[in-house]
Amino acid sequence: MSNQWDLYEVFIRSKNGTSHKHAGSIHAADANMAIDNARDLYTRRSEGTSIWVVRSKDITASDPGEAAALFEPAESKIYRHPTFYDIPKDVPNI
Amino acid sequence: MYTTDLRTKEQKQKDQREAIAQVGEDDIAFQARIDDDQFIEPKDYMPEAYRKTLIRQIAQHAHSEIVGMLPEGNWVTRAPSLRRKLILIAKIQDEAGHGLYLYSAAETLGVSRDDLVQQLHEGKAKYSTIFNYPSLNWADIGAIGWLVDGAAITNQIPLCRTSYGPYARAMVRVCKEESFHQRQGYELMMAMAKGSEAQKQMAQDALNRWWWPSLMMFGPPDEESTHTAQSMAWKIKRFTNDELRQRFIDATIPQAEALGLTVPDPDLKWNEERGHYDYGDIDWDEFWSVVRGDGICARDRIQARVKAYDDGAWVREAAEAYAAKQQQSAEVA
Ligand SMILES: [Fe+2]
Ligand SMILES: [Fe+2]
Repeated sequence: MSNQWDLYEVFIRSKNGTSHKHAGSIHAADANMAIDNARDLYTRRSEGTSIWVVRSKDITASDPGEAAALFEPAESKIYRHPTFYDIPKDVPNI
Repeated sequence: MYTTDLRTKEQKQKDQREAIAQVGEDDIAFQARIDDDQFIEPKDYMPEAYRKTLIRQIAQHAHSEIVGMLPEGNWVTRAPSLRRKLILIAKIQDEAGHGLYLYSAAETLGVSRDDLVQQLHEGKAKYSTIFNYPSLNWADIGAIGWLVDGAAITNQIPLCRTSYGPYARAMVRVCKEESFHQRQGYELMMAMAKGSEAQKQMAQDALNRWWWPSLMMFGPPDEESTHTAQSMAWKIKRFTNDELRQRFIDATIPQAEALGLTVPDPDLKWNEERGHYDYGDIDWDEFWSVVRGDGICARDRIQARVKAYDDGAWVREAAEAYAAKQQQSAEVA
């Protein structure tokens, strides 16, 4: 077996006006080849108008073990949501 | 099925003992998440046995997609019209894609793609028994799309809700693409069944040969598949082999009738009380002998894979050399 090629994560914009969304991953010898291969693998049925690829090892991800520390503080801050506030029904446009 | 458990009894017992040895508090929390219908993602905690079982199942599924291209690839140059040739090539390309989605999903569990491919090439990995049967006449291409892809769809739709996120997402993509595979196969069968007497005979002959192997794709009967319970608890399997087989038969018989073809099972009949078709005994000795590698095409399939891989070596080497050169000149600039 030869050297294993780098793994790239593939992001696809389905149409202009939407953002790029993770579609999957692919192996390639370099970034251009990753784009070509991603075209063949993830857009065979007109699923995309633009492709981003990024080497998987260049992605820094949050640790699921720290999910509580990272995300729970937001759960108690319900005053950040509009439904937290009671406004009388007869007040218009708010 | 592409995902059927093809381990020997001894291997299953060994894996089972290892799994039982290691239940801890984390495992209880893990099971609770699954019971709550949450998805497990790559970096989340998972029991070693869950990881191992998934790697085996997903890799076997990936290998099945890849080897599955061979019986059909065999007919590309002999497709009877340009239309049929384009359709067949597109379908085969989809199957390559399915293999790649699945290898990627397996890689998120910590195995390398190269290792998986090597296991297949060395004959150490299993793939669906169905692909060790030969595709003898053009109607076989219709029967494969209709029955083999049809059976695959029956198995794969519930897997879109499997507990492991990357596997479930791969399955969603696969299922979206499969329906064309089955429809093109059925349309081909229709053309043959409504054609000349000789064409109709070819269609019937293809159905005769592919019917039983297609039913075997769902794996051994429930009373013999002891590991179903664990896989169901982990939600990496959502229905039993017999449930899926019955679902496939019930869906397929009216399709065969619409073609004017007869399923090669004298015991097949509608059971009013059960609301399902009853069907005859399946030859499980044949199934296990194909699993062991006695299928007519077993050796050819792996040889063809290895040859394709070796023949492509110079392309990969050229791509690597090009990438290295590009990087060098980028560094100099
Ligand atoms: Fe497939
Ligand atoms: Fe398919």
